Amino acid sequence: MNNKINFAWLVTMAWRDSRRNYSRLLLFVSSIVLGIAALVAIYSLGYNLQQNIDTQAASLLGADLELSDNTPPSPKMTHLVDSLKGQQSKELSFASMIYFPKNSGTRLAQIRALEGDFPYYGELETEPASAGKTFRNKKEVLVDQTLMLQYQANVGDSLKVGEVTFLIAGILKKAPGQTGIAATVAPSVYIPLSYLKQTNLAQKGSRITYRYYFKFAPKVNMPLLVKKIEPTVEAEDYNYRTVESQKEDTGRSFRDLTRFLSLVGFIALLLGCVGVASAIHIYIKEKLNSIAILRCLGVKASQAFLIYLIQISGIGLIGSLLGAGLGAVIQQFLPAVLKDFLPFELATELSFSAIGQGVVLGVIISNLFALLSLVSIRKVSPLNVLRASYEQTTITKDPLKWLVYALILLFVFGFTWLQMKKWTDAVAFTGGVTMAFLLLLGMASLLMWLVRRFFPSSWGYLGRQGLANLYRPNNQTAILMVSIGLGTMFICTLLFVQNLLLARIKLSTDGDQPNMVLFDIQTPQKAPVIALLKQQNLPVLQSVPIVTMRLDELNGQTSVEALKDTTNKRWRGLFSREYRVTFRDSLISTEKIVKGKWIGEAKDPAAPVPISLEDGYAERNTIKVGDTLTFNVQGTMLTTVVASLRDVDWAGVQTNFLVLFPKGVLEDAPQFHVFLTHVPNNQVSAKFQQSVVQQFPNISMIDLGLILTVLDDISTKIGFVIRFMAGFSILTGLIVLIASVLISKYQRIQESVLLRTLGASRRQILVITALEYFFLGTLAAATGVLLAVGGGWALARFSFETDFNPQFLPVLVVFLVVPAITVFIGLINSWGILSRSPLEVLRQDV
Amino acid sequence: MANILHLHQVGKVYRSGNRDLKVLDDVNFSVEAGSTLSIVGPSGSGKTTLLGLCAGLDRASSGQVELNGIGLNQLNEDELASVRNRYIGFIFQNFQLMPTLTALENVMVPLELRGEKNVRSRALDLLDKVGLADRGHHYPTQLSGGEQQRVSLARAFSNQPQILFADEPTGNLDAETGVKVEKLLFDLNKESGTTLILVTHNLELAAKTQRIIRIKGGKILSDTLTS
Repeated sequence: MNNKINFAWLVTMAWRDSRRNYSRLLLFVSSIVLGIAALVAIYSLGYNLQQNIDTQAASLLGADLELSDNTPPSPKMTHLVDSLKGQQSKELSFASMIYFPKNSGTRLAQIRALEGDFPYYGELETEPASAGKTFRNKKEVLVDQTLMLQYQANVGDSLKVGEVTFLIAGILKKAPGQTGIAATVAPSVYIPLSYLKQTNLAQKGSRITYRYYFKFAPKVNMPLLVKKIEPTVEAEDYNYRTVESQKEDTGRSFRDLTRFLSLVGFIALLLGCVGVASAIHIYIKEKLNSIAILRCLGVKASQAFLIYLIQISGIGLIGSLLGAGLGAVIQQFLPAVLKDFLPFELATELSFSAIGQGVVLGVIISNLFALLSLVSIRKVSPLNVLRASYEQTTITKDPLKWLVYALILLFVFGFTWLQMKKWTDAVAFTGGVTMAFLLLLGMASLLMWLVRRFFPSSWGYLGRQGLANLYRPNNQTAILMVSIGLGTMFICTLLFVQNLLLARIKLSTDGDQPNMVLFDIQTPQKAPVIALLKQQNLPVLQSVPIVTMRLDELNGQTSVEALKDTTNKRWRGLFSREYRVTFRDSLISTEKIVKGKWIGEAKDPAAPVPISLEDGYAERNTIKVGDTLTFNVQGTMLTTVVASLRDVDWAGVQTNFLVLFPKGVLEDAPQFHVFLTHVPNNQVSAKFQQSVVQQFPNISMIDLGLILTVLDDISTKIGFVIRFMAGFSILTGLIVLIASVLISKYQRIQESVLLRTLGASRRQILVITALEYFFLGTLAAATGVLLAVGGGWALARFSFETDFNPQFLPVLVVFLVVPAITVFIGLINSWGILSRSPLEVLRQDV
Repeated sequence: MANILHLHQVGKVYRSGNRDLKVLDDVNFSVEAGSTLSIVGPSGSGKTTLLGLCAGLDRASSGQVELNGIGLNQLNEDELASVRNRYIGFIFQNFQLMPTLTALENVMVPLELRGEKNVRSRALDLLDKVGLADRGHHYPTQLSGGEQQRVSLARAFSNQPQILFADEPTGNLDAETGVKVEKLLFDLNKESGTTLILVTHNLELAAKTQRIIRIKGGKILSDTLTS
């Protein structure tokens, strides 16, 4: 047989054989459509993000160069800033309380005191539009729209910032690089820099970020300029950002986002592939006789295998193309889903590379999963035409099957690795997915064994028949358990995690736990603030002194030397950050010594001060007990030695520190204070905040109620994105369910027809069908819920380190709805058989 | 005339659980090219197994099966498939047509497999010979049992086989249709000069062949020529 003709003939045969099975084959492949759609949509999003970042990077930064740090510029730095030609703007930003006199509303906001024409690219989008330019020379402010809405303020109202009352000139809608989420966490208020001094907020100890923005003439060579200023900027511990670095940073963070989302999409695809594998398994089983006939007529085993491989590849291609088309449509909606996380308007266009990737991925993965059954074709004996009993011996365990399993695992691992770029993460993901599948398959096997072992023989015929369908030949137990179970597990885990996050925060609002933090309290303000607290019957639960300092030397090595030392793997920020340190003679409840010895008091003034470091921080920077650290405490050098490492529980409202000093060293250093108190309700909180803002405008307050609102808002927004992506998996689960039930319809036709012929009524067959799907749906949902409870518990115990108290009402709803949908779909599919005569069904469907 | 089929001390053993099941034991016979032969015997006597071995669908546990001078035991699965396509035609009790192919396509398959030309017109001629020229586009489920067996006959003769194996060719048909199919089978066989080996319970049908081998318990009881 000529090879050319051979291949053409194989394609013809694949096509001929598929004609009578179009609807079934499309049903198989519909399982992967949503997974491919999700991936294509996300790949397109990634492509569009990169395109948009490239074109909008300048307006993300708003300038050609930004220099920033949280210390005032040294004379050397000031000289550098002055020496740079081009246009300049200066911004000092810090957190502070603001006060709306109209309704006495107070809230912590990010104050941005601006001087100059920043932004040079893009604009401060305001309403009215002119306000973004005009406020700079007047006693006016721009207020973020979330604040304006929250406090029902209008343009023209007053706003008190520190000791100055400004006129609200406009509503700030968008600033360069700002995302919706950032505005929720720290809404901005722009004030002219010239009024900052009058506000009296820029005091010693205030945590201010200094930013300088530059716009240069187009002819300026930016890489050259950066090279020139880099040594000074780094020596001064300043950070710089250029349009190019902004592009890289933004690109990197969105690559992480799209990688995460593509993994969620991949789960949907994997779930779909389980559907494909199961459907093809049954399909090939039904084709055994046709394959045997072909073998009788002289078709080689490899040719028979190829006929069906070509058929499945073709169908996989159609499914992938459908998925890619759907993905191209869905990607138009993704910018709306992600709008709160994007710092720019995202324009979408069709990405052919994304579509190509999706289609190739779809064809490969559908073939891989189909191969599990297709390899059995090689073993089909022509003798099957004479003896149907040979069927059982033909599909035997085959070493090639293990190779296919290995290929699937390798593919999943490879795909995950490409997304995560970390082999440990890829192994964890592949292992996790495999475990979930195996657990569900294990549960299905256990279930079938249990039903057989403890079969309720005393039940009525209909019940027994429905239950027996769970383990009889051609049952759908395994595939339905996996698809329904995974879907249910997905939904319930999401619910649990959402609850865990909120419960963890809410825990802190109970009882007398601190729920309000007052910070930036100057030493002279300490006594009057305590008096104010007492006057309003509020307790001082903790009073913590804070001293700011910088690290000058580590084991005798300075930051400049450390940077030069290429063998040094320590984090550069070790030297550039400002340390906020406290001192006390004992540990608090959130701390536990894990190494070394805690020394509560420095007794020998000549010896290095014995300090304690947070163990994670020490580990990240390879600092050990016994290392010496020299701190610059506002001009005074202080040599310390690491006496102990502490494990710190950062959860809850507590003041926790990376570096802890003993008593007897820092008492006389310039310091400010943090108070923790408990406010019983919102009214008391509002009243107290108003008093503090009016009497001590520099003191900032964080109300846990506010944090809760903000976190709730954020978790709702993140939850929406996750639910949107998880929706693909859940919908895929439903499609796999529908496909599995429809395939099982073919399995059950003969039986239903036989029962009808023997005189079973339509109701009786419906009851048998309903019972089978009820058992399956219930048990699969129960398994899914159980796995989710296990997963939720593990997350609570090991990741969130909290108690696991799940809310069972929403889970109960899921548990009831899933079997109901399963039964509904099962019945709808059986209806077609029951409404026709047995002979008609046999002639058309078998 | 030369022998087209030769069996020498052929045995077949199946493994059933822990024990061996001897289905055929020391079977010896030869078949002349162009002759007709029936294998008869009760259910479970081993006649279908014997047919499977003769047609290269299965392998003997012991002994030699030679078809057209080729030792089938020495061939691998793909070589056996090639032998079937080149030399053998099949007719089965339950017709064994591909349900997803039309009647015409079912007849075309063996010819296409050989890479021959004018496949369509030759298949149509064969369908015409079995009286189904106008039913070529119908699928097997749209045909009656007799029609399906006639398509099966057309397919069996399509590759001009040197030997035809028929397993209870009329077993699933009513008497009247069975007679028609029998006549068609013998007529086509005579016309093409093909060797015909029939496996059947039906002694009346067996009597129409030149030779009858009776088999029981896996052994040949008798090997007689018919008058």
